[in-house]
Amino acid sequence: MMDNASVVNVARPAVRWDTVTRSLRGSLKGGEYMWAVAFVVPYVAVFLTFVAYPVVYGIWMGSEPSLYRELFADPIYQSSIVNTVLYLALGVNVKMFLALLLSGFFMRPGRWTKVMLLIFVMPWAVPQISTFISIHWMLNGEWGFLNNVLFKLAHIEGPSWLNDRWTALGSVIVAHIWKWTPFWTLILLAGRMAIPLEIRDTARVDGATGLKGFVHITFPLLANLYLISTLLSTIFLLGDFNAVTFVSGGGPANQTHVLATLGIRDAFETANPRLGVAAVMSALPLVIPLVIVLMRKLRTAEVQL
Amino acid sequence: MSRRYLNQAGVALLSLVLIVWSLAPIYNMVLISLEPEGDVFTEHIWPRVPSIESFWGVLTQGHWYLAHFWRQFANSFFIGAMVTFFALLLGTLTSFAIARMRVRHGWLVSNAALLTYVIPASFLAIPFYRIMQNYGLANNPWSVIAALVAFATPYAIFVFQEYGRSIPIEVDESARIDGASPPQIYLRIYLPLMAPALVAVGTYALLLAWNEYLYQFLLLSSKSSMTVPVALAQFLSSDQSPWNYMMATAIVYALPPVAIYYAFRRRMAAGLTMGGVKG
Repeated sequence: MMDNASVVNVARPAVRWDTVTRSLRGSLKGGEYMWAVAFVVPYVAVFLTFVAYPVVYGIWMGSEPSLYRELFADPIYQSSIVNTVLYLALGVNVKMFLALLLSGFFMRPGRWTKVMLLIFVMPWAVPQISTFISIHWMLNGEWGFLNNVLFKLAHIEGPSWLNDRWTALGSVIVAHIWKWTPFWTLILLAGRMAIPLEIRDTARVDGATGLKGFVHITFPLLANLYLISTLLSTIFLLGDFNAVTFVSGGGPANQTHVLATLGIRDAFETANPRLGVAAVMSALPLVIPLVIVLMRKLRTAEVQL
Repeated sequence: MSRRYLNQAGVALLSLVLIVWSLAPIYNMVLISLEPEGDVFTEHIWPRVPSIESFWGVLTQGHWYLAHFWRQFANSFFIGAMVTFFALLLGTLTSFAIARMRVRHGWLVSNAALLTYVIPASFLAIPFYRIMQNYGLANNPWSVIAALVAFATPYAIFVFQEYGRSIPIEVDESARIDGASPPQIYLRIYLPLMAPALVAVGTYALLLAWNEYLYQFLLLSSKSSMTVPVALAQFLSSDQSPWNYMMATAIVYALPPVAIYYAFRRRMAAGLTMGGVKG
């Protein structure tokens, strides 16, 4: 059995390491090169078979122009576009803004903050399907928890939240915010923690506290992370299937579908897979620029965090 | 002095709002699961006559919706374990070859992984389903495992590459000088040193597979091959859903990931920071 520590200790004093490593790094010797290739091949195979091939197959399925004529004429598709835009605009921004504020709250020292954080991450820890089903039933007009509470506390007869397009869509957006704010709060909290203590101390000495400190010190340092998180969250939300499916089910009368759920509906409920692929592909003008920007940003993200 | 009190009152108020906000849907789940059958359609907001009838029903498969519950639970577990294993295996092998052995064109592979990470999985569901059908793999857990491994491995590769930077490359080089072959370095040096990252990524992959719904719904349709989330969604298909059983199932299904989450919380947080924003 080779012990790591002893390997280093025994070998280190004997050779000039800089020169040795430099000469070894660039060029792998024959047998080693074969091993390196053998190590990479399984993942490359998985990528080609289960990612690249479906992408190409999907593009082929959705390549007929007549599909898009049919799609754009569909009133359900038209309302889905509106829903998707609203879901993106409100879901991403409200969530990220709350996460930004709350990450500041969780920077507070003390035991109470830690306890609060444990409670606060619950929505993220519990599986999506469980919580979205619970929210669906909570919003039931007659027997739901929300309307029961409203009636008990304020004697208000709440509406049937899921029977109206706008309250149903609002419910989906709120459910999404509820589910994902904790995750992005943790990310931004990690970003805030990474700001060196000296910077914060110096800023405080110079009088940059409270809002001033946030605007001039904290936010500029967090801005890049905030931007990447927003972009990433946009793309995650665009692909989100579960919140809509379980909270509103796309209803009432297919009025709250988004592109991701409409694609699946067209493909499997109305048995028109090509139309489903076209619905999803129609998001590409938004997806492709996002992917390009994110690929560039994520390459440098580690260094700047 | 008064400013400090104001501050504390603010914290207390915000805490109260956060507690109610975070726990309301979870409380609702517990509340309904404790209702005796038929009592679901009432207007109270705390369990009047708490009953564990529904949990008993889940554990003993005592309702026709739950006739295959443990089989489905085992399916979820099997898929989760396989996805974890293969994501760790492929992730470590690939990151070892790219970051430690510096194989030529390794950046192409990392870019492929990055691209996979930023494509929404649900957008590929339709062609993926068609391909699996063509291969005769519909209703086969391995089709789901393949999809989830393909989507979980990129994150594994990032985190491993990132974490590997903290391990000096000289460790590998000295082992090479001592005559260790690449598989020996991988097994005896790389894997042991990567243990914390393995735990973080393993937890991520397990939870990803356990919580995933769309691919499992599309690819697993028979009662005996489906997983718990798919079975849960089946409850919704009828108007007369036994809501107390449904919520009890939702809670039993949520227990393993919540327990894992709180047990490995620190490690997962480490994973989040290591991977930057790559959640």
